[in-house]
Amino acid sequence: MKELVVISGKGGTGKTSILAAFAALATGKVLCDADVDAADLHLIMNPQVRERHDFDSGHTAIINQDKCTQCGLCRGLCRWKAIDEDFVVDPVACEGCGVCHYFCPEEAISFPLKTCGEWFISNTRFGPMAHARLGIAEENSGKLVTLIRQQGKKLAEENNLDLLLTDGPPGIGCPVIASLGGSTAVLIVAEPTVSGRHDMERVAELAAFFKVPAMVCVNKFDLNPEQAQAIEDFSRERNIRVMGRIPFDPVFTKAMVQGKTIFEYDGDSEGAGAVRNIWENLAKAMEI
Amino acid sequence: MIISIASGKGGTGKTTVATNLAVSLESNVQLLDCDVEEPNGHLFIHPTMDGVRTVSTPVPEVDAGKCTLCGKCGEICQYKAIVVIGETVLPFHELCHSCGGCMEVCPEKAITEVGRELGVVEFGYRNGLEFVHGRLRVGEAMSPPLIRKVREYTQSRMQTIIDAPPGTSCPVIAAMKGADFVLLVTEPTPFGLHDLKLAVGAVRILGIPCGLIINRSDMGDDQARIYAQEEGIPVLMEIPFDRLIAEAYSRGQMIVEVMPEWKEKFLNLYHQIEHIVSHGRKDEAGLLR
Repeated sequence: MKELVVISGKGGTGKTSILAAFAALATGKVLCDADVDAADLHLIMNPQVRERHDFDSGHTAIINQDKCTQCGLCRGLCRWKAIDEDFVVDPVACEGCGVCHYFCPEEAISFPLKTCGEWFISNTRFGPMAHARLGIAEENSGKLVTLIRQQGKKLAEENNLDLLLTDGPPGIGCPVIASLGGSTAVLIVAEPTVSGRHDMERVAELAAFFKVPAMVCVNKFDLNPEQAQAIEDFSRERNIRVMGRIPFDPVFTKAMVQGKTIFEYDGDSEGAGAVRNIWENLAKAMEI
Repeated sequence: MIISIASGKGGTGKTTVATNLAVSLESNVQLLDCDVEEPNGHLFIHPTMDGVRTVSTPVPEVDAGKCTLCGKCGEICQYKAIVVIGETVLPFHELCHSCGGCMEVCPEKAITEVGRELGVVEFGYRNGLEFVHGRLRVGEAMSPPLIRKVREYTQSRMQTIIDAPPGTSCPVIAAMKGADFVLLVTEPTPFGLHDLKLAVGAVRILGIPCGLIINRSDMGDDQARIYAQEEGIPVLMEIPFDRLIAEAYSRGQMIVEVMPEWKEKFLNLYHQIEHIVSHGRKDEAGLLR
Protein backbone atom coordinates (compact mmCIF):
# COMPACT_ATOMS: atom_id res chain seq x y z
CA MET A 1 0.00 0.00 0.00
CA LYS A 2 1.19 3.50 -0.77
CA GLU A 3 0.42 6.69 1.07
CA LEU A 4 0.73 10.20 -0.31
CA VAL A 5 0.59 12.95 2.31
CA VAL A 6 -0.09 16.50 1.17
CA ILE A 7 1.59 19.12 3.35
CA SER A 8 2.63 22.74 2.90
CA GLY A 9 4.36 24.30 5.89
CA LYS A 10 2.38 27.50 5.41
CA GLY A 11 -1.38 27.26 5.82
CA GLY A 12 -3.84 28.15 3.10
CA THR A 13 -1.71 27.24 0.09
CA GLY A 14 -4.39 24.93 -1.30
CA LYS A 15 -3.60 21.51 0.22
CA THR A 16 -7.20 20.45 0.73
CA SER A 17 -8.56 21.71 -2.61
CA ILE A 18 -5.75 19.92 -4.43
CA LEU A 19 -6.13 16.72 -2.44
CA ALA A 20 -9.89 16.75 -3.13
CA ALA A 21 -9.13 17.14 -6.83
CA PHE A 22 -6.73 14.16 -6.68
CA ALA A 23 -9.56 12.18 -5.09
CA ALA A 24 -11.58 12.73 -8.25
CA LEU A 25 -8.73 11.44 -10.43
CA ALA A 26 -7.25 8.55 -8.45
CA THR A 27 -8.78 5.12 -8.64
CA GLY A 28 -8.91 2.63 -5.79
CA LYS A 29 -8.04 4.85 -2.85
CA VAL A 30 -8.97 5.72 0.70
CA LEU A 31 -9.12 9.34 1.84
CA CYS A 32 -7.71 10.41 5.13
CA ASP A 33 -7.97 13.87 6.73
CA ALA A 34 -5.01 14.19 9.08
CA ASP A 35 -5.52 17.91 9.69
CA VAL A 36 -7.51 17.04 12.79
CA ASP A 37 -7.10 20.49 14.29
CA ALA A 38 -9.02 22.26 11.53
CA ALA A 39 -10.34 19.48 9.31
CA ASP A 40 -11.91 20.77 6.08
CA LEU A 41 -11.82 17.89 3.60
CA HIS A 42 -15.28 16.73 4.68
CA LEU A 43 -16.73 20.01 3.40
CA ILE A 44 -15.98 18.82 -0.14
CA MET A 45 -16.39 15.09 0.42
CA ASN A 46 -19.73 15.30 2.23
CA PRO A 47 -19.07 11.99 4.00
CA GLN A 48 -21.87 9.65 5.07
CA VAL A 49 -20.67 8.67 8.53
CA ARG A 50 -20.72 4.89 9.06
CA GLU A 51 -18.90 4.72 12.38
CA ARG A 52 -18.30 7.31 15.07
CA HIS A 53 -15.84 6.81 17.94
CA ASP A 54 -14.68 8.88 20.88
CA PHE A 55 -11.02 9.77 20.97
CA ASP A 56 -9.93 9.29 24.57
CA SER A 57 -6.46 10.48 25.31
CA GLY A 58 -4.72 12.20 28.17
CA HIS A 59 -5.97 13.03 31.63
CA THR A 60 -6.93 16.16 33.57
CA ALA A 61 -6.50 16.75 37.28
CA ILE A 62 -9.59 17.63 39.33
CA ILE A 63 -9.29 18.64 42.99
CA ASN A 64 -11.95 17.41 45.37
CA GLN A 65 -12.56 20.46 47.58
CA ASP A 66 -13.98 18.33 50.41
CA LYS A 67 -10.75 16.40 50.81
CA CYS A 68 -8.32 19.22 50.00
CA THR A 69 -6.57 20.73 53.05
CA GLN A 70 -4.99 23.48 50.96
CA CYS A 71 -1.49 22.36 51.99
CA GLY A 72 -0.12 23.85 48.77
CA LEU A 73 2.09 20.92 47.78
CA CYS A 74 0.39 20.57 44.38
CA ARG A 75 0.80 24.24 43.57
CA GLY A 76 4.49 23.97 44.32
CA LEU A 77 4.89 20.95 42.06
CA CYS A 78 2.75 22.08 39.11
CA ARG A 79 4.93 23.51 36.38
CA TRP A 80 1.95 24.73 34.33
CA LYS A 81 0.61 27.20 36.92
CA ALA A 82 -2.66 25.34 36.42
CA ILE A 83 -3.80 25.41 40.07
CA ASP A 84 -5.07 28.74 41.37
CA GLU A 85 -5.11 30.15 44.94
CA ASP A 86 -8.48 28.53 45.55
CA PHE A 87 -7.10 25.14 44.53
CA VAL A 88 -9.12 24.88 41.36
CA VAL A 89 -7.44 23.37 38.30
CA ASP A 90 -7.61 25.28 35.03
CA PRO A 91 -8.30 22.45 32.55
CA VAL A 92 -6.86 24.49 29.67
CA ALA A 93 -3.55 25.02 31.45
CA CYS A 94 -3.37 21.46 32.87
CA GLU A 95 -0.85 19.42 30.89
CA GLY A 96 -2.15 16.11 32.25
CA CYS A 97 1.17 15.12 33.80
CA GLY A 98 -0.45 13.73 36.95
CA VAL A 99 2.27 14.93 39.30
CA CYS A 100 -0.22 16.67 41.62
CA HIS A 101 -2.45 13.59 41.63
CA TYR A 102 0.51 11.34 42.52
CA PHE A 103 1.82 13.42 45.39
CA CYS A 104 -1.35 14.76 47.04
CA PRO A 105 -1.12 13.54 50.66
CA GLU A 106 -4.93 13.61 51.02
CA GLU A 107 -5.61 11.75 47.77
CA ALA A 108 -7.84 14.67 46.97
CA ILE A 109 -6.95 14.89 43.30
CA SER A 110 -8.64 12.66 40.76
CA PHE A 111 -7.18 12.19 37.32
CA PRO A 112 -9.82 10.99 34.86
CA LEU A 113 -9.22 10.08 31.23
CA LYS A 114 -10.42 12.79 28.85
CA THR A 115 -12.44 12.50 25.70
CA CYS A 116 -10.71 15.05 23.54
CA GLY A 117 -12.21 14.44 20.15
CA GLU A 118 -13.94 11.99 17.90
CA TRP A 119 -13.11 10.10 14.75
CA PHE A 120 -15.17 8.72 11.92
CA ILE A 121 -15.23 6.09 9.23
CA SER A 122 -17.33 7.27 6.33
CA ASN A 123 -18.37 6.66 2.76
CA THR A 124 -17.93 9.34 0.15
CA ARG A 125 -18.64 9.53 -3.56
CA PHE A 126 -14.89 8.99 -4.06
CA GLY A 127 -14.47 6.02 -1.74
CA PRO A 128 -14.05 5.37 1.96
CA MET A 129 -12.71 8.09 4.25
CA ALA A 130 -11.18 8.25 7.73
CA HIS A 131 -11.47 11.61 9.46
CA ALA A 132 -11.59 13.17 12.89
CA ARG A 133 -12.39 16.20 14.92
CA LEU A 134 -10.14 17.22 17.77
CA GLY A 135 -12.01 19.02 20.53
CA ILE A 136 -11.39 22.76 20.69
CA ALA A 137 -8.39 23.73 22.81
CA GLU A 138 -7.44 20.07 23.22
CA GLU A 139 -4.09 18.36 23.18
CA ASN A 140 -2.80 15.11 21.72
CA SER A 141 -3.37 16.10 18.11
CA GLY A 142 -0.32 14.02 17.14
CA LYS A 143 -1.87 10.90 18.65
CA LEU A 144 -5.15 11.50 16.83
CA VAL A 145 -3.28 11.97 13.55
CA THR A 146 -1.49 8.67 14.09
CA LEU A 147 -4.78 6.96 14.91
CA ILE A 148 -6.59 8.33 11.87
CA ARG A 149 -3.79 7.25 9.53
CA GLN A 150 -3.88 3.76 11.03
CA GLN A 151 -7.63 3.66 10.47
CA GLY A 152 -7.11 4.81 6.90
CA LYS A 153 -4.68 1.96 6.28
CA LYS A 154 -7.06 -0.51 7.87
CA LEU A 155 -9.88 0.73 5.63
CA ALA A 156 -7.68 0.29 2.59
CA GLU A 157 -6.78 -3.27 3.58
CA GLU A 158 -10.40 -4.21 4.25
CA ASN A 159 -11.47 -2.87 0.87
CA ASN A 160 -8.48 -4.16 -1.08
CA LEU A 161 -7.43 -0.68 -2.04
CA ASP A 162 -3.78 0.20 -2.24
CA LEU A 163 -3.60 3.95 -2.10
CA LEU A 164 -4.08 6.29 0.82
CA LEU A 165 -4.47 10.01 0.07
CA THR A 166 -3.81 11.95 3.27
CA ASP A 167 -4.50 15.65 3.81
CA GLY A 168 -1.86 16.87 6.26
CA PRO A 169 -1.83 19.79 8.70
CA PRO A 170 0.10 23.05 8.30
CA GLY A 171 3.27 23.81 10.24
CA ILE A 172 6.22 21.58 11.15
CA GLY A 173 5.32 20.58 14.73
CA CYS A 174 3.71 17.64 16.47
CA PRO A 175 0.76 16.88 14.13
CA VAL A 176 2.88 17.27 10.99
CA ILE A 177 5.55 14.96 12.34
CA ALA A 178 2.81 12.45 13.13
CA SER A 179 1.36 12.77 9.64
CA LEU A 180 4.49 12.10 7.61
CA GLY A 181 6.29 9.31 9.47
CA GLY A 182 6.20 6.08 7.48
CA SER A 183 4.44 7.54 4.43
CA THR A 184 5.55 6.69 0.89
CA ALA A 185 6.00 10.32 -0.11
CA VAL A 186 4.88 13.83 0.71
CA LEU A 187 3.70 16.43 -1.77
CA ILE A 188 4.50 19.95 -0.62
CA VAL A 189 2.02 22.50 -1.97
CA ALA A 190 3.99 25.72 -2.05
CA GLU A 191 2.89 29.28 -2.70
CA PRO A 192 5.18 31.69 -4.60
CA THR A 193 5.50 34.27 -1.84
CA VAL A 194 8.38 35.09 0.49
CA SER A 195 6.51 33.40 3.32
CA GLY A 196 5.41 30.44 1.21
CA ARG A 197 9.00 29.86 0.18
CA HIS A 198 10.35 30.25 3.72
CA ASP A 199 7.80 27.80 5.10
CA MET A 200 8.23 25.34 2.24
CA GLU A 201 11.97 25.21 2.92
CA ARG A 202 11.37 24.40 6.58
CA VAL A 203 8.86 21.65 5.88
CA ALA A 204 11.17 20.21 3.19
CA GLU A 205 13.88 20.11 5.83
CA LEU A 206 11.46 18.30 8.14
CA ALA A 207 10.69 15.66 5.48
CA ALA A 208 14.44 15.17 4.94
CA PHE A 209 14.93 14.92 8.72
CA PHE A 210 12.46 12.02 8.83
CA LYS A 211 13.78 10.61 5.55
CA VAL A 212 10.46 10.82 3.71
CA PRO A 213 10.81 11.48 -0.05
CA ALA A 214 9.35 14.86 -0.95
CA MET A 215 7.82 16.27 -4.12
CA VAL A 216 6.64 19.81 -4.73
CA CYS A 217 4.09 21.75 -6.76
CA VAL A 218 3.68 25.52 -6.83
CA ASN A 219 0.13 26.81 -6.55
CA LYS A 220 -0.87 30.28 -7.82
CA PHE A 221 2.56 30.40 -9.52
CA ASP A 222 1.64 33.42 -11.67
CA LEU A 223 1.27 35.68 -8.62
CA ASN A 224 5.05 35.78 -8.58
CA PRO A 225 6.84 33.70 -11.25
CA GLU A 226 10.29 34.58 -9.86
CA GLN A 227 9.41 33.14 -6.45
CA ALA A 228 7.91 30.09 -8.16
CA GLN A 229 11.18 29.59 -10.02
CA ALA A 230 13.18 30.05 -6.80
CA ILE A 231 11.09 27.36 -5.05
CA GLU A 232 11.61 24.97 -7.95
CA ASP A 233 15.36 25.68 -8.06
CA PHE A 234 15.64 25.09 -4.32
CA SER A 235 13.68 21.85 -4.72
CA ARG A 236 15.90 20.48 -7.48
CA GLU A 237 19.00 21.22 -5.41
CA ARG A 238 17.51 19.13 -2.60
CA ASN A 239 16.38 16.26 -4.84
CA ILE A 240 12.75 17.22 -4.36
CA ARG A 241 10.94 16.36 -7.59
CA VAL A 242 9.00 19.20 -9.15
CA MET A 243 5.53 17.99 -10.16
CA GLY A 244 4.23 21.12 -11.82
CA ARG A 245 2.61 24.52 -11.48
CA ILE A 246 -0.97 25.63 -10.96
CA PRO A 247 -2.09 29.12 -12.01
CA PHE A 248 -4.13 31.40 -9.78
CA ASP A 249 -7.66 30.44 -10.75
CA PRO A 250 -10.78 31.67 -8.90
CA VAL A 251 -12.43 28.41 -9.95
CA PHE A 252 -10.89 26.74 -6.87
CA THR A 253 -12.82 29.04 -4.54
CA LYS A 254 -16.00 28.74 -6.60
CA ALA A 255 -15.83 24.95 -6.50
CA MET A 256 -15.23 25.01 -2.74
CA VAL A 257 -18.25 27.27 -2.16
CA GLN A 258 -20.39 24.63 -3.89
CA GLY A 259 -18.77 21.74 -2.00
CA LYS A 260 -17.33 20.32 -5.21
CA THR A 261 -13.93 19.32 -6.47
CA ILE A 262 -12.54 21.48 -9.23
CA PHE A 263 -13.25 18.67 -11.73
CA GLU A 264 -16.90 18.52 -10.76
CA TYR A 265 -17.20 22.30 -10.97
CA ASP A 266 -15.30 22.96 -14.19
CA GLY A 267 -13.08 20.19 -15.53
CA ASP A 268 -12.06 22.30 -18.51
CA SER A 269 -10.71 25.18 -16.43
CA GLU A 270 -7.04 26.11 -16.50
CA GLY A 271 -6.71 25.10 -12.84
CA ALA A 272 -8.22 21.68 -13.49
CA GLY A 273 -5.85 21.07 -16.40
CA ALA A 274 -2.85 21.94 -14.24
CA VAL A 275 -3.97 19.63 -11.41
CA ARG A 276 -4.54 16.79 -13.87
CA ASN A 277 -1.03 17.23 -15.20
CA ILE A 278 0.42 17.19 -11.67
CA TRP A 279 -1.54 14.06 -10.79
CA GLU A 280 -0.17 12.27 -13.86
CA ASN A 281 3.37 13.21 -12.86
CA LEU A 282 2.73 12.07 -9.29
CA ALA A 283 1.23 8.76 -10.35
CA LYS A 284 4.28 8.11 -12.51
CA ALA A 285 6.72 9.14 -9.75
CA MET A 286 4.98 6.98 -7.14
CA GLU A 287 4.25 4.14 -9.57
CA ILE A 288 0.53 4.11 -8.81
CA MET B 1 -3.05 46.00 25.73
CA ILE B 2 -2.38 42.59 24.22
CA ILE B 3 -4.07 41.81 20.89
CA SER B 4 -3.72 38.26 19.64
CA ILE B 5 -4.37 37.60 15.96
CA ALA B 6 -5.72 34.15 15.16
CA SER B 7 -7.79 32.39 12.51
CA GLY B 8 -8.31 28.65 12.76
CA LYS B 9 -7.58 28.14 9.08
CA GLY B 10 -4.08 28.90 7.87
CA GLY B 11 -3.31 31.39 5.14
CA THR B 12 -6.24 33.71 5.79
CA GLY B 13 -4.05 36.75 6.44
CA LYS B 14 -3.02 36.73 10.11
CA THR B 15 0.50 37.87 9.34
CA THR B 16 -0.77 40.51 6.93
CA VAL B 17 -3.01 41.98 9.63
CA ALA B 18 -0.42 41.65 12.41
CA THR B 19 2.38 43.34 10.48
CA ASN B 20 0.26 46.12 9.00
CA LEU B 21 -1.32 46.87 12.35
CA ALA B 22 2.06 46.90 14.10
CA VAL B 23 3.79 49.24 11.64
CA SER B 24 0.75 51.52 11.50
CA LEU B 25 1.04 52.07 15.25
CA GLU B 26 4.69 53.09 14.65
CA SER B 27 5.99 53.38 18.18
CA ASN B 28 5.56 51.95 21.64
CA VAL B 29 4.45 48.73 20.00
CA GLN B 30 5.85 45.23 19.91
CA LEU B 31 5.08 42.40 17.52
CA LEU B 32 5.51 38.91 18.96
CA ASP B 33 5.43 36.31 16.19
CA CYS B 34 4.19 33.21 18.01
CA ASP B 35 3.76 31.09 14.88
CA VAL B 36 7.02 29.43 15.88
CA GLU B 37 6.62 26.51 13.47
CA GLU B 38 6.49 28.83 10.49
CA PRO B 39 7.30 32.39 11.58
CA ASN B 40 6.79 34.88 8.73
CA GLY B 41 6.50 38.33 10.33
CA HIS B 42 10.18 39.13 9.86
CA LEU B 43 9.82 38.67 6.09
CA PHE B 44 7.57 41.76 6.01
CA ILE B 45 8.85 43.81 8.94
CA HIS B 46 12.50 43.37 7.88
CA PRO B 47 13.66 44.12 11.42
CA THR B 48 17.24 44.81 12.38
CA MET B 49 17.92 41.77 14.53
CA ASP B 50 20.07 42.32 17.56
CA GLY B 51 19.79 39.24 19.70
CA VAL B 52 19.15 35.53 19.81
CA ARG B 53 18.55 33.16 22.70
CA THR B 54 18.43 29.40 22.60
CA VAL B 55 15.38 27.99 24.37
CA SER B 56 15.44 24.58 25.91
CA THR B 57 13.11 22.54 28.05
CA PRO B 58 14.23 20.41 31.02
CA VAL B 59 14.41 16.64 30.43
CA PRO B 60 15.66 13.92 32.78
CA GLU B 61 19.14 12.49 32.99
CA VAL B 62 19.66 9.44 35.18
CA ASP B 63 22.74 8.79 37.28
CA ALA B 64 23.13 5.04 36.70
CA GLY B 65 25.34 4.79 39.80
CA LYS B 66 22.49 5.91 42.06
CA CYS B 67 19.55 4.28 40.21
CA THR B 68 18.18 1.09 41.76
CA LEU B 69 15.82 0.37 38.81
CA CYS B 70 12.80 0.67 41.11
CA GLY B 71 10.69 1.87 38.16
CA LYS B 72 8.84 4.68 39.99
CA CYS B 73 9.88 7.18 37.31
CA GLY B 74 8.25 5.09 34.60
CA GLU B 75 5.13 4.74 36.72
CA ILE B 76 4.54 8.46 37.20
CA CYS B 77 5.39 9.46 33.61
CA GLN B 78 2.23 9.95 31.55
CA TYR B 79 4.15 10.29 28.31
CA LYS B 80 6.14 7.05 28.25
CA ALA B 81 9.22 9.25 28.22
CA ILE B 82 11.17 7.24 30.77
CA VAL B 83 11.11 3.46 31.17
CA VAL B 84 13.07 0.77 32.91
CA ILE B 85 14.06 -1.94 30.46
CA GLY B 86 16.02 -4.81 31.93
CA GLU B 87 19.03 -3.42 33.73
CA THR B 88 18.80 0.13 32.41
CA VAL B 89 16.53 3.10 32.66
CA LEU B 90 15.94 4.83 29.36
CA PRO B 91 14.74 8.43 29.06
CA PHE B 92 13.16 9.37 25.69
CA HIS B 93 13.84 13.08 25.60
CA GLU B 94 11.68 13.84 22.57
CA LEU B 95 8.57 12.47 24.34
CA CYS B 96 9.21 14.35 27.60
CA HIS B 97 6.80 17.16 28.57
CA SER B 98 9.13 18.51 31.28
CA CYS B 99 6.73 18.01 34.20
CA GLY B 100 9.55 17.06 36.56
CA GLY B 101 7.56 14.15 38.00
CA CYS B 102 10.29 11.53 37.55
CA MET B 103 12.85 13.68 39.28
CA GLU B 104 10.45 14.40 42.12
CA VAL B 105 9.44 10.76 42.62
CA CYS B 106 12.92 9.19 42.46
CA PRO B 107 13.71 7.94 45.99
CA GLU B 108 17.45 7.80 45.23
CA LYS B 109 17.68 11.36 43.88
CA ALA B 110 19.24 9.78 40.80
CA ILE B 111 17.53 12.06 38.31
CA THR B 112 18.66 15.54 37.37
CA GLU B 113 17.52 17.71 34.49
CA VAL B 114 19.34 18.70 31.35
CA GLY B 115 18.07 20.81 28.48
CA ARG B 116 16.51 19.68 25.19
CA GLU B 117 16.74 22.43 22.61
CA LEU B 118 13.32 23.58 21.39
CA GLY B 119 14.49 26.38 19.14
CA VAL B 120 15.48 30.00 19.43
CA VAL B 121 13.93 33.33 20.27
CA GLU B 122 15.27 36.16 18.13
CA PHE B 123 14.61 39.82 18.66
CA GLY B 124 15.17 43.11 16.91
CA TYR B 125 13.49 46.34 15.96
CA ARG B 126 12.27 48.52 13.13
CA ASN B 127 12.22 52.17 14.11
CA GLY B 128 9.94 52.34 17.16
CA LEU B 129 8.63 48.81 16.70
CA GLU B 130 10.03 46.02 18.81
CA PHE B 131 10.08 42.63 17.09
CA VAL B 132 10.36 39.18 18.69
CA HIS B 133 9.82 35.76 17.20
CA GLY B 134 10.43 32.11 18.01
CA ARG B 135 11.80 29.56 15.56
CA LEU B 136 11.06 25.95 16.41
CA ARG B 137 13.98 23.61 15.71
CA VAL B 138 13.13 21.45 12.68
CA GLY B 139 12.27 17.99 14.02
CA GLU B 140 11.02 19.30 17.37
CA ALA B 141 7.36 18.47 18.03
CA MET B 142 6.45 20.69 20.96
CA SER B 143 5.82 24.31 20.19
CA PRO B 144 3.82 25.60 23.22
CA PRO B 145 6.81 25.98 25.58
CA LEU B 146 8.62 28.03 22.93
CA ILE B 147 5.50 30.15 22.35
CA ARG B 148 5.31 30.84 26.10
CA LYS B 149 8.98 31.89 25.99
CA VAL B 150 8.27 34.39 23.21
CA ARG B 151 5.40 35.77 25.27
CA GLU B 152 7.72 36.40 28.20
CA TYR B 153 8.98 39.35 26.14
CA THR B 154 5.61 41.08 26.59
CA GLN B 155 6.08 44.57 28.02
CA SER B 156 3.05 46.00 29.74
CA ARG B 157 4.02 49.60 28.89
CA MET B 158 3.76 48.75 25.19
CA GLN B 159 0.99 47.70 22.81
CA THR B 160 1.56 44.02 22.18
CA ILE B 161 0.48 42.35 18.95
CA ILE B 162 0.70 38.59 18.81
CA ASP B 163 0.71 36.67 15.53
CA ALA B 164 -0.75 33.27 16.49
CA PRO B 165 -0.31 29.94 14.68
CA PRO B 166 -3.20 28.36 12.74
CA GLY B 167 -5.43 25.67 14.25
CA THR B 168 -7.32 25.53 17.54
CA SER B 169 -5.27 23.23 19.76
CA CYS B 170 -2.53 23.80 22.32
CA PRO B 171 -0.19 26.07 20.31
CA VAL B 172 -3.04 28.49 19.54
CA ILE B 173 -4.19 28.49 23.14
CA ALA B 174 -0.62 29.31 24.21
CA ALA B 175 -0.69 32.29 21.84
CA MET B 176 -4.14 33.59 22.90
CA LYS B 177 -4.30 32.97 26.64
CA GLY B 178 -4.16 36.14 28.69
CA ALA B 179 -4.72 38.44 25.69
CA ASP B 180 -7.10 41.37 26.10
CA PHE B 181 -8.58 40.89 22.66
CA VAL B 182 -8.48 38.29 19.92
CA LEU B 183 -8.68 39.55 16.38
CA LEU B 184 -9.86 36.74 14.12
CA VAL B 185 -9.00 36.80 10.45
CA THR B 186 -11.10 34.75 8.05
CA GLU B 187 -11.76 34.38 4.37
CA PRO B 188 -15.41 34.15 3.26
CA THR B 189 -15.23 30.53 2.06
CA PRO B 190 -16.63 27.29 3.51
CA PHE B 191 -13.16 26.30 4.79
CA GLY B 192 -12.60 29.73 6.29
CA LEU B 193 -15.99 29.75 8.00
CA HIS B 194 -15.72 26.20 9.33
CA ASP B 195 -12.35 26.91 10.94
CA LEU B 196 -13.49 30.34 12.14
CA LYS B 197 -16.25 28.68 14.16
CA LEU B 198 -13.65 26.48 15.84
CA ALA B 199 -11.47 29.51 16.58
CA VAL B 200 -14.46 31.35 18.08
CA GLY B 201 -15.05 28.27 20.26
CA ALA B 202 -11.47 28.49 21.53
CA VAL B 203 -11.75 32.23 22.20
CA ARG B 204 -14.94 31.65 24.20
CA ILE B 205 -13.36 28.90 26.29
CA LEU B 206 -10.72 31.46 27.23
CA GLY B 207 -13.35 34.17 27.78
CA ILE B 208 -11.66 36.83 25.67
CA PRO B 209 -13.60 39.44 23.62
CA CYS B 210 -13.09 39.08 19.88
CA GLY B 211 -13.70 40.79 16.57
CA LEU B 212 -13.43 39.73 12.97
CA ILE B 213 -11.55 40.77 9.85
CA ILE B 214 -12.76 39.36 6.54
CA ASN B 215 -9.89 39.10 4.10
CA ARG B 216 -10.33 38.68 0.34
CA SER B 217 -13.83 39.73 1.26
CA ASP B 218 -15.20 39.61 -2.28
CA MET B 219 -13.94 36.14 -3.16
CA GLY B 220 -16.36 33.65 -1.65
CA ASP B 221 -19.84 33.91 -0.24
CA ASP B 222 -21.75 35.81 2.46
CA GLN B 223 -21.75 33.10 5.09
CA ALA B 224 -18.97 34.59 7.24
CA ARG B 225 -20.85 37.91 7.50
CA ILE B 226 -24.10 36.15 8.36
CA TYR B 227 -22.36 34.03 10.98
CA ALA B 228 -20.68 37.07 12.56
CA GLN B 229 -24.01 38.87 12.77
CA GLU B 230 -25.77 35.87 14.30
CA GLU B 231 -23.04 35.46 16.88
CA GLY B 232 -22.75 39.15 17.61
CA ILE B 233 -19.11 39.29 16.59
CA PRO B 234 -18.25 42.74 15.23
CA VAL B 235 -16.73 42.81 11.74
CA LEU B 236 -13.98 45.38 12.24
CA MET B 237 -12.48 45.43 8.75
CA GLU B 238 -12.89 43.95 5.30
CA ILE B 239 -9.97 43.66 2.91
CA PRO B 240 -11.09 43.02 -0.68
CA PHE B 241 -9.05 40.79 -2.95
CA ASP B 242 -6.66 42.96 -4.89
CA ARG B 243 -4.01 41.47 -7.11
CA LEU B 244 -1.78 44.41 -6.19
CA ILE B 245 -1.98 43.42 -2.50
CA ALA B 246 -1.39 39.73 -3.29
CA GLU B 247 1.62 40.49 -5.47
CA ALA B 248 3.08 42.91 -2.94
CA TYR B 249 2.64 40.22 -0.27
CA SER B 250 4.46 37.72 -2.46
CA ARG B 251 7.46 40.07 -2.51
CA GLY B 252 7.43 40.69 1.24
CA GLN B 253 5.67 44.07 1.16
CA MET B 254 2.91 45.17 3.46
CA ILE B 255 -0.36 46.75 2.32
CA VAL B 256 0.51 50.07 3.97
CA GLU B 257 3.70 50.21 1.90
CA VAL B 258 1.96 49.87 -1.46
CA MET B 259 -1.28 51.62 -0.48
CA PRO B 260 -0.43 54.16 2.24
CA GLU B 261 -4.11 55.09 2.63
CA TRP B 262 -4.57 51.79 4.49
CA LYS B 263 -2.56 53.07 7.44
CA GLU B 264 -5.54 55.14 8.54
CA LYS B 265 -7.76 52.06 8.32
CA PHE B 266 -5.42 50.01 10.49
CA LEU B 267 -5.22 52.83 13.04
CA ASN B 268 -9.00 52.99 13.03
CA LEU B 269 -9.09 49.22 13.57
CA TYR B 270 -6.85 49.67 16.57
CA HIS B 271 -9.08 52.38 18.03
CA GLN B 272 -12.16 50.19 17.61
CA ILE B 273 -10.43 47.40 19.52
CA GLU B 274 -9.31 49.82 22.21
CA HIS B 275 -12.88 51.01 22.53
CA ILE B 276 -14.27 47.47 22.90
CA VAL B 277 -11.63 46.48 25.44
CA SER B 278 -11.84 49.64 27.54
CA HIS B 279 -15.63 49.49 27.68
CA GLY B 280 -15.53 45.81 28.47
CA ARG B 281 -18.64 45.46 26.40
CA LYS B 282 -18.58 41.73 26.42
CA ASP B 283 -21.94 41.26 24.77
CA GLU B 284 -20.87 43.45 21.87
CA ALA B 285 -17.89 41.19 21.33
CA GLY B 286 -20.11 38.14 21.38
CA LEU B 287 -18.72 36.66 24.55
CA LEU B 288 -21.94 35.96 26.36
CA ARG B 289 -23.93 34.38 23.58
